[in-house]
Amino acid sequence: MKPPPLDYSRPESLTDALRTLADLGPDGKVLAGGQSLVPLLSMRLAEPMHLVDINRLADLAYVTRADGQVLVGALARHAEVLASSLVPAAQPLLAKALRFVAHPAIRNRGTTVGSIVHADPAAEMPAVLALLGGTVRVLTAGGERLVGARDFFLGVLESDVQPGELVTEVRFPVLPAGAGTGFAEVSRRRGDYAVCGVAALIALNDRQEIEQARAAYLSVGPCPRVLDLTEALAGAPADSDRLPAAAAMARELIHPEGDIHATAEYRRHLAGVLTERALLEALAEARDRGSADFGRQPAGNAP
Amino acid sequence: MNEAEQVHEVRLTVNGAARTASVPARRLLSDCIRHDLHLTGTHVGCEHGVCGACTVLLNGAPVRSCLLLAVSVDGADITTVEGLAGPDGRLSPVQQAFAECHGLQCGFCTPGFLTTITAGLQAAPEPTDEQAREMVGGNLCRCTGYQNIVAAVHRAAELRREHEGAAAVPRRPGPGDVR
Repeated sequence: MKPPPLDYSRPESLTDALRTLADLGPDGKVLAGGQSLVPLLSMRLAEPMHLVDINRLADLAYVTRADGQVLVGALARHAEVLASSLVPAAQPLLAKALRFVAHPAIRNRGTTVGSIVHADPAAEMPAVLALLGGTVRVLTAGGERLVGARDFFLGVLESDVQPGELVTEVRFPVLPAGAGTGFAEVSRRRGDYAVCGVAALIALNDRQEIEQARAAYLSVGPCPRVLDLTEALAGAPADSDRLPAAAAMARELIHPEGDIHATAEYRRHLAGVLTERALLEALAEARDRGSADFGRQPAGNAP
Repeated sequence: MNEAEQVHEVRLTVNGAARTASVPARRLLSDCIRHDLHLTGTHVGCEHGVCGACTVLLNGAPVRSCLLLAVSVDGADITTVEGLAGPDGRLSPVQQAFAECHGLQCGFCTPGFLTTITAGLQAAPEPTDEQAREMVGGNLCRCTGYQNIVAAVHRAAELRREHEGAAAVPRRPGPGDVR
């Protein structure tokens, strides 16, 4: 359980890091928090390589808000994103999902961007990015490209990052007024990877009816799966009892696989139950955020 | 790959003392602490981040030392279980609470619990039962069944308050005081 011999560089600037990665090409591997990479090395599941340690790039340890997006830099630890004062108002789903990411000791070192690049289908943050339709900023020594969440996740532990590239930032759209989010998952023990997990988003119109509903699923396929559940809920009032219909729709649409952790059938069952729970949470938040934005109804003027 | 492994100089502040080690890039922080710095209080259980026995404080925050490369934390401040007791050997509140509440049996997992709870009580000085359980949720113990460990978290919080109270609030003069 020891890593194989490794070559190692620790660039002091982003420019140095990009140059080093360009020089190394396919031999280069970025080390940020290392909470997935180091055990893979220890278990010899990853080939000997040249690590490019970006932990000195302190400029990338940011969580900010700009142009309707929450921007998370490549060196922002999960714990820092979770503790960020702007997250609860700007995109509460980040905090809800981060509480399910492993344990505090892992979140103190692991990075949110690293988790997304690692693209574990059982991880929370890729599903959150997929649900919200976020963007990944990828840099090379020569330029930049922006990749939408839909195109970023290619397969199990496979994301669209090419040799010589460094993901410096992930952007999560800010939650609009009248919209709400929910997150629910089941794991064998607290902090384990999810047997099944669901992130949900509901948007209400100004008549407080459901206008849009979607959910993203972790641990049910090689990549985060986003389902549009609007058909089951459109036009329903905000205190709807129609959520079970959306759960039934989700059960029909997903095709989970069985493994040593759960049978396909059990995952499908969980997906339905968790869809309903996550939607319920999202609906409550949408109602709250709607009323906060439109102001309180004057007393005696209730509809 | 080079024939002879390249060695890197790592400077750490460990339990308040400046230390250096020459390590290959692949040296885990847990192994650096145990083999290079000869501090064997940090225990190595699963070596893939599941059991929590190797937890140390990195710049005050609990981390798994088996999931870090020593070279990557060059310059950091590390606290291991050896750094928790006072300079006179007096047990820290968390250590005292574990002794009082029978929070350990074989003791293998204990260093990880002690470091984790030490940092946890700084963040939540008066934890609810839920917070106490969440605090130790990432550490495995195969002996105790956790009940006494959770009790020790609460007792440690009490002891901390007593220590701080004794240190921060000047004692009022009482009738028996000689002036």
